[in-house]
Amino acid sequence: MKPPPFQYHDPKTLAEAVGLLGTLDNAKLLAGGQSLMPMLNMRFVLPDHVIDLNLVEGMAGIKETDGVLEIGAMTRQRELEFSDLVAAKCPLLHQALMHVGHRQTRNRGTIGGSLCHLDPAAELVTVCMAHDATIAVAGPGGTREIAFADFPAGYLTPAIELNEIVTAIRIPVWPAGHKAAFIEFSRRHGDFAIVSAAALLQIDGGRITRASLTIGGVAVAPVRATEVEQAIVGQAPTSELFAKVCESCRSFEAMADIHASAEYRQHLAVVLARRALEKAADLADNAPWNRAH
Amino acid sequence: MSNKIDLTLNINGQDHAVSVEPRKTLVDAIREDCALTGTHIGCEHGVCGACTVIVGGEAVRSCLMFAVQAQGKPIRTVEGLASGKTLHPLQRSFMAHHGLQCGFCTPGFLMLAVNTLEKNPAIGDEELLDVLSSNLCRCTGYQNIILAVKAAREDMRTKEEAVAG
Repeated sequence: MKPPPFQYHDPKTLAEAVGLLGTLDNAKLLAGGQSLMPMLNMRFVLPDHVIDLNLVEGMAGIKETDGVLEIGAMTRQRELEFSDLVAAKCPLLHQALMHVGHRQTRNRGTIGGSLCHLDPAAELVTVCMAHDATIAVAGPGGTREIAFADFPAGYLTPAIELNEIVTAIRIPVWPAGHKAAFIEFSRRHGDFAIVSAAALLQIDGGRITRASLTIGGVAVAPVRATEVEQAIVGQAPTSELFAKVCESCRSFEAMADIHASAEYRQHLAVVLARRALEKAADLADNAPWNRAH
Repeated sequence: MSNKIDLTLNINGQDHAVSVEPRKTLVDAIREDCALTGTHIGCEHGVCGACTVIVGGEAVRSCLMFAVQAQGKPIRTVEGLASGKTLHPLQRSFMAHHGLQCGFCTPGFLMLAVNTLEKNPAIGDEELLDVLSSNLCRCTGYQNIILAVKAAREDMRTKEEAVAG
């Protein structure tokens, strides 16, 4: 349970980091280390070089410009958790962070690291999918942006080149007053979710005018429940409506592993989709799962 | 390939000059190179919290960080809690409320709780429970740990008020 030998690099600028990544063979980027370090300790990963991004200037920070929340890739999850800007502009992200690991891991863990690790059930991945985020990357050829829908290339594999570094996450914020709910089912609090659901709703004059529903943990990457989104826009939010339309989530292609079978994940997708929508629409108070017991 | 790096770790206010491979985790450096074995190593993959120390004012899992990354940041370990022969209020509270049996998880719980109470002495029960849920204990069933931290919270708060008053 000790990391394998490697050569350590601690660049101070992004250009230096990109240069190292482009020239060194079998190099791995180290962000917060809360996923990479266990993988090194267990020797699932055997890099010849580790490029530590913790000293690179200008890769952390949270700001809002023209309705887009821009978050530096090296921003700690803990900073996001306590950011008034995030809580005000992106309540879904704020809620989801409460489920990301524990206080000690959030103190180190970064948003960029979590997205690049791309665990199928990672909360931050689900939030980015729900918000149609954009990922900014830098490589030897310059910078480019990737729509989050195109970001997952497979299990634990982001669609970036080996010589590219994720530099920022851009989240288009929803109008003030929108509703958000993030819920998940996990064996223990702080664990990765078995299945999670993220709902965003805009309700005007008693009708849903815009909807986003994302299910994490079912497939290798979070999936948008577009059928549900389309079915509820224009409708009045009711528990009956949500129960009816969320049944379509049972047809999601689901993976099976030691934690849960595919059928169980599909069941959870249906249930959590409905609960997330109910919670977002403030209909959850009387739900059986929300009563004191 | 993995040449040793010379670095200085500042632990509990004291500088320790060490020479370690970059792959050495902070917890291993604290125990093996600085001879401070109060910090325990449990799972070595960030699940149990036994190795929790305070780096730069934040509680972290020292098995998920390299020693080289802690350079220039003040590190606090369980050895720094007592002042001389006087135990920290939290240590006394763990004794009084039977917050430990075998004691393996105790340094991690202490450092986590100290960091939490120092940052927010008025922390609510629910948030406190959420924070403490990050560490594993196989003896106590957790209830006495929670009791001990709650009692220390009152103790530390009263002391603060006394100082302020």
